[in-house]
Amino acid sequence: MSTNTPIAAPAKTSLASLREQMDLVVVGHVDHGKSTVIGRLLADTGSLPEGKLEKIKAQCARNARPFEYAFLLDALKNEQAQGITVDAARCFFNTAKRHYIINDAPGHIEFLKNMVTGAARAEAALLIIDAEEGIQENSKRHGYILSMLGIHQVSVVVNKMDLVDYSQEVFNNIRAEYLQFLNNLGVAPVSFIPVSGREGDNLTELSANTPWYTGKTVLGQVDAFETYKGDADRIFRMPVQDIYKFTASGDDRRIVAGTIETGTIRPGDEVIFQPSGKTSSIKTIEVFNAECPNSASAGQAVGFTLNTQIYIKPGELMCRKQETSPRVATRFRANIFWMGHSPLIAGKPYKLKLGATRVPVELVRILNVLDASELSSIADKNHVDRHDVAECLLETSRPVAFDLAEEIEKTARFVLVDNYEIAGCGIILDEEAASESLLAERVHQREMTWEKGFVTPGERAVRYGHPGKFILFAGQSAQVPELAKRLELKLFLDRFHTYYLSTGNVFDHLDQDDSAAVLTREDQIHRLGDLGRLMTDAGLLFITTLKDAEDFDLEKLKLLNEPNEAFVISVGDSNLNRFTPHLSLPADLDISEAIGLIIQELNKKGYLPEYSI
Amino acid sequence: MDQLEMLEAKSVHILREAYRDFKGLCMLWSIGKDSTVLLWLARKAFLGHVPFPLVHVDTAFKIPEMIEYRDRLALEWNLNMVVGQNKAALAAKQTFPDGNVDRLACCRNLKSEALKHTLSGEWPRVRMNHSLGRYEPDPSKEPYTGVIVGVRADEEGSRSKERYFSPRDRENDWNVDDQPPELWRQYKTDFAPGSHVRIHPLLDWTELNIWEYIHRESIPITSLYFDRGEGRRYRSLGCYPCTNGVESTAKNVEEIIEELRSGKFANIAERSGRAQDEADGGSLETLRREGYM
Repeated sequence: MSTNTPIAAPAKTSLASLREQMDLVVVGHVDHGKSTVIGRLLADTGSLPEGKLEKIKAQCARNARPFEYAFLLDALKNEQAQGITVDAARCFFNTAKRHYIINDAPGHIEFLKNMVTGAARAEAALLIIDAEEGIQENSKRHGYILSMLGIHQVSVVVNKMDLVDYSQEVFNNIRAEYLQFLNNLGVAPVSFIPVSGREGDNLTELSANTPWYTGKTVLGQVDAFETYKGDADRIFRMPVQDIYKFTASGDDRRIVAGTIETGTIRPGDEVIFQPSGKTSSIKTIEVFNAECPNSASAGQAVGFTLNTQIYIKPGELMCRKQETSPRVATRFRANIFWMGHSPLIAGKPYKLKLGATRVPVELVRILNVLDASELSSIADKNHVDRHDVAECLLETSRPVAFDLAEEIEKTARFVLVDNYEIAGCGIILDEEAASESLLAERVHQREMTWEKGFVTPGERAVRYGHPGKFILFAGQSAQVPELAKRLELKLFLDRFHTYYLSTGNVFDHLDQDDSAAVLTREDQIHRLGDLGRLMTDAGLLFITTLKDAEDFDLEKLKLLNEPNEAFVISVGDSNLNRFTPHLSLPADLDISEAIGLIIQELNKKGYLPEYSI
Repeated sequence: MDQLEMLEAKSVHILREAYRDFKGLCMLWSIGKDSTVLLWLARKAFLGHVPFPLVHVDTAFKIPEMIEYRDRLALEWNLNMVVGQNKAALAAKQTFPDGNVDRLACCRNLKSEALKHTLSGEWPRVRMNHSLGRYEPDPSKEPYTGVIVGVRADEEGSRSKERYFSPRDRENDWNVDDQPPELWRQYKTDFAPGSHVRIHPLLDWTELNIWEYIHRESIPITSLYFDRGEGRRYRSLGCYPCTNGVESTAKNVEEIIEELRSGKFANIAERSGRAQDEADGGSLETLRREGYM
């Protein structure tokens, strides 16, 4: 034996190749027989654990209940008591072709959010309609939700054919009516299959009871669904889930982590992060316990190192620089399905989760509310109720990066969180121009209704020798607060009316009454903007600093400070892309020199008189 | 991507989401194959690191090799290992079969109760001191409010209803009728202060997937799962009084996979060797509602 034999890991190639996996969902109105169809499929494909069928049959016999295949799935006590599927229960089965995860989605309207959960996981759907009862409210609502969730492979299974004597006419009528409905949604079902879950017709073998039907069996249809493989060839999109640096464990890599939604990327590719607009290029694709691979594609959860040190945050969308840019906006039009106990209303803050972004959002207005079961518009509704579908205009408190549903649906999807709960889901239809915003409206309102004293700003400026001004330092450097304080001192000694406020004081010490709520960054910016408005109105040269200031923060502060003006000084490396500061200073500049330059610029702008008294 | 790659990517995404959103995060490590795969996935997600503590509830009835294996990996992989135990119940012999209670009560005492109070920080915990290579009292009494658990949907009925992010109330109760929606890689990650969440990254995995992945990744697994010449092996690990081995001559991972794919276990449920599942029709569900994993 060679002395070099490594400690043996098992050979990695000895196993037969692994199967493909597909998530399916089975949906439909309550009692139309979803669980029965699934139970029967499991039994007929030999996918049940040994003894399970016998055990349930014995239980039924003991309780003097007729056996039903649905009982196989109804594993929970309370569910069996109610006789309806409460949740999206998962089960597994294998065919020669692939491994399936079946999500049995409840048909009862009370459990629609569970249906959404089950359906959102799926690549394809079986939609069950009871031949005897025909198309019901949730047959339609579920059809609509499938289309909204982006599930394009739908097979309609017309169940309980035994109860209508396997009538071809009944089947054809249901098919015609439902096809019409789906066509209005832009959904083209792949097939309609007449079955009886109880009797097993057309599930795994074509049935002699329906000689007029020569299409696929349910099992044949399931194997005929296609797994979607095209995402790797589309343009590149990856929401940045997190940035890792495990320095304490002796690891100096700075890793950008996330799951790739679409596209393929390789070391050397130039990337751009939106909405910040920062750019870099891929240095390595990092993995644990293996060589760095030379590409990564859609569906993979990966980590990257970049060739340059840039400051980016979780929530940005990583894109390839040469490819079509995503939309970056604060306002967009979306279709929303609402699941919350309280209605969706305007003027209330919600949280938007889109990709890895989490950002406050408000409903600006409702454009249209649909009754999802009939797809008819409900006129003049000013709120969106539970189980409604609505087209809405939303506004986020800072820009977000996204695509439109018709372009890349994976990066057009979002959920809305109301008071800790996911209460709605939606897809973005279009971006809206940011010519107006809720914030601008509010500032306008504030100025219109502001009760003024008898002293005018002009009179104050004459008395003080200068108008009020908001002077803001933006920059990461530790010496920025020192610079701001020294500027205050210099202006004060020169007999100007000035006041320096540390942002730490605003964020940590004011608003103590609001102790329960942790202020979000948006709240903090808002607070600072309001203070700026007051201080400048009082005629002061108001000086403060903002670390990590981004374009949008400054635009917001500027707006909040209106009608007074803001003067922005950036120091050293900044996060700014679009926003041009009034003055940019290098980080290592001597403080007195910096103050000289600032005063010179303020003079030039006419914000200070040419020479001090 | 093949099935294992898809499962891996989803689990990694969920682990990263948990790490991003929860402060008091820990992972339960039962030493069994599932939670060891979970631990491996954490090392994948965080590129070789495990940035949260691993918590093990030691019932004192675990097979000794399990404890030895736990401490070996804890040192080798630089794991922040935390252990808790129901010392009072053990001292009072509120245990089965040597004590005064039945199987279910024993499970409740040594697992559910011990877990609840270890997670909350009310009962003493010990933590691995890596420089000394042994456990020391853990000075931290901080509660763990986000708990990553390696349950799989295929194990039994109640687990098939779980969410990836599953809220629990203060008493650890699970309200199966009113669970949050999960869609498009968006999970419930917003919680009122004081609430608890269980995170289940392995929900979509089957027993076979677990073994296929152990094989693909060469994950070290305790040898209790293999036949060591006695014609028996453990298929599922628990406490020795309540976990029976199965008759099997599978000596390595390949043979176990073969056994699950087409051999004698292709159609027999994994937990059939766990006595507490059978004690009354829905006992595991009862235990789970009370906080059992």
